[in-house]
Amino acid sequence: MNTNEQTPPSGGQGATLFDKIWDAHVVSSVENGPTQLYIDRHFCHEVTSPQAFNGLRARGLKVFRPDKTTMTADHNTPTIDQDQPVKDPISRNQLDTFARNAADFNMPLFYPLGHEKNGVVHIIGPENGFTQPGMTIVCGDSHTSTHGAFGTIAFGIGTSEVEMVLATQCILQTRPKTMRITFNGKLGEGVTAKDLALYMISKLTTGGATGYFVEYAGEAIRNMSMEERMTVCNLSIEMGARGGMIAPDEKTFMYVNGREFAPKGEEWEQKLAYWKTLKTDEGAKFDKELVFDAADIQPMITYGTNPGMGMGITDSIPTLDQIDEAGRISFEKSLNYMGFQAGEKLEGKQIDYVFLGSCTNGRIEDFRIFANYVKGKKKADNVTAWLVPGSWKVEQQIREEGLLDILTEAGFKMRQPGCSACLAMNDDKVPAGKYAVSTSNRNFEGRQGPGARTILASPLVAAAAAISGRITDPRA
Amino acid sequence: MEKFLTLTSTIVPLPIENVDTDQIIPARFLKATDKNGFGDNLFADWRYNKDGSPKADFVLNNSLYSGSILVAGKNFGSGSSREHAAWAIAGYGFKVVVSSFFADIFQNNALNNGVLPVVVSAEFLSEVFNAVNTDSKVTLTVDLQNQTVTNNASGKSENFEINAYKKECLLNGLDDIDYLLSKRDMIEAYEVAR
Repeated sequence: MNTNEQTPPSGGQGATLFDKIWDAHVVSSVENGPTQLYIDRHFCHEVTSPQAFNGLRARGLKVFRPDKTTMTADHNTPTIDQDQPVKDPISRNQLDTFARNAADFNMPLFYPLGHEKNGVVHIIGPENGFTQPGMTIVCGDSHTSTHGAFGTIAFGIGTSEVEMVLATQCILQTRPKTMRITFNGKLGEGVTAKDLALYMISKLTTGGATGYFVEYAGEAIRNMSMEERMTVCNLSIEMGARGGMIAPDEKTFMYVNGREFAPKGEEWEQKLAYWKTLKTDEGAKFDKELVFDAADIQPMITYGTNPGMGMGITDSIPTLDQIDEAGRISFEKSLNYMGFQAGEKLEGKQIDYVFLGSCTNGRIEDFRIFANYVKGKKKADNVTAWLVPGSWKVEQQIREEGLLDILTEAGFKMRQPGCSACLAMNDDKVPAGKYAVSTSNRNFEGRQGPGARTILASPLVAAAAAISGRITDPRA
Repeated sequence: MEKFLTLTSTIVPLPIENVDTDQIIPARFLKATDKNGFGDNLFADWRYNKDGSPKADFVLNNSLYSGSILVAGKNFGSGSSREHAAWAIAGYGFKVVVSSFFADIFQNNALNNGVLPVVVSAEFLSEVFNAVNTDSKVTLTVDLQNQTVTNNASGKSENFEINAYKKECLLNGLDDIDYLLSKRDMIEAYEVAR
């Protein structure tokens, strides 16, 4: 393991990026208790919000700042025939309830199924300019950490907290500890942001960053596009972190500039001047520092039932004696569920499904990578592939760039936007016992359908699997 | 919210690590628009066969074990932010979850629903699992005021941490929204001052 736990520099005077944003949003502090934090942007979806709106009704409250909440239906939506009524009556009721709540509480930013701005909440936020550096951002969804790529404090909350934000635009939070993870050097050929994140989670384990807010730094992070940074920050929660963030730079400002809800004119100039101050000062102290070398990372896959159970695509699953005693029951249970043996190699193993999509990897660059690999090749007959763009804007771009033609030529079809098989709340469920190479974020038991077996990977590894029908090193 | 003071109860042991929220309540059960009924689907895929019949080998289906304290392996509640996980645990009748480590969001969600997460040492946890293996009717006592948890089989006690504010909330049955609503003036002043 190439992790060096460094002692934080002593006598540091400066503030971290996290400190600067947190301190700018403190409304009050409860003695010996949490901080009352002001929230700049609240994202809201149909699954974790109905009970919060009901709570407001029960207390006779209005939404305090309706223009600071953006609502999109994504978790429980079909990815075909979205122009037709939703077939499942319980799902339909949840979507109708969402619309009723938007209407009853006069919510101006409501993007239901079929709306041009509809899509996965963590994809439509940045693409419409709702996500801006220096903000505090929450959503009743753990992958809210995605927005940290813009230099924000963004984290997932429960429904009681959704109600708090709707009622007061504030939340009570205990200040987390801070961690900086630095990736020195460059990623190798065929190694992507997703691989970097899966590598990191495999080193830290699924609870290794619990209690911390993480800042990502170093050459490999700086070299990433905004979309790649979103993938890394998105997966922060998979090692338990409260959130992940990256200091904004020219790439960030270029991305935000000109988007519909981004500041314009003089306001833009003022904001930009402030955003340029949003970085960790020299000598600022973190509670924990980790350093990795990007060159050590190879394309990653998972072999178990949590995202920390990852390995290089050419590696072997650990043997039982490499697992500490308290963890052996869980390890064996996990391999038993996956149908894998301890010590086994997975390269060459036949798979059944490929899922390209989700808030982790459902953006245009992910589709470009996938399309570039499959161009001129044919999808394996044994593979069912679900290609699900993260939003209608991504879908449109896939068409405009000619990627759809490439995908169609190679035997793939594109579905309509939504969370889809990432959590399989809709009909996009992988059947029991089947193997899915998935670009999403969780390989938990049953996550992609009861009994479904998920292998997490990058869009590039997913493309290679879709073509060969097997777990395949895309560099080969 | 109901007040929480002290509790002595037999326990339900779940010696699995990294129990994620998709196991606590699978996503397909998140379609409801109220908070009721989630307890019936707590640990649904571990608890029921495909046809809905109970799986004999799962602890909730084993009549030897019952009580309002769930004792689980480390890193309980990782994954999704779904508060439905806390509603399922509360709905089933658990008032306390004991583990050596909890995921952040779950811990907040539990506290916001009157379920007390109690963090114990790995050693204490392992002793509780051993004790319940020997005698399924072993009890734990959780005293919130004094922040102690006691294994009544051995008499061994441990202190546990809880945020002082959250402790007051639980002892008095208050929730965060009451507090925040009382601060409306400060919120408006903050907005003006920015």
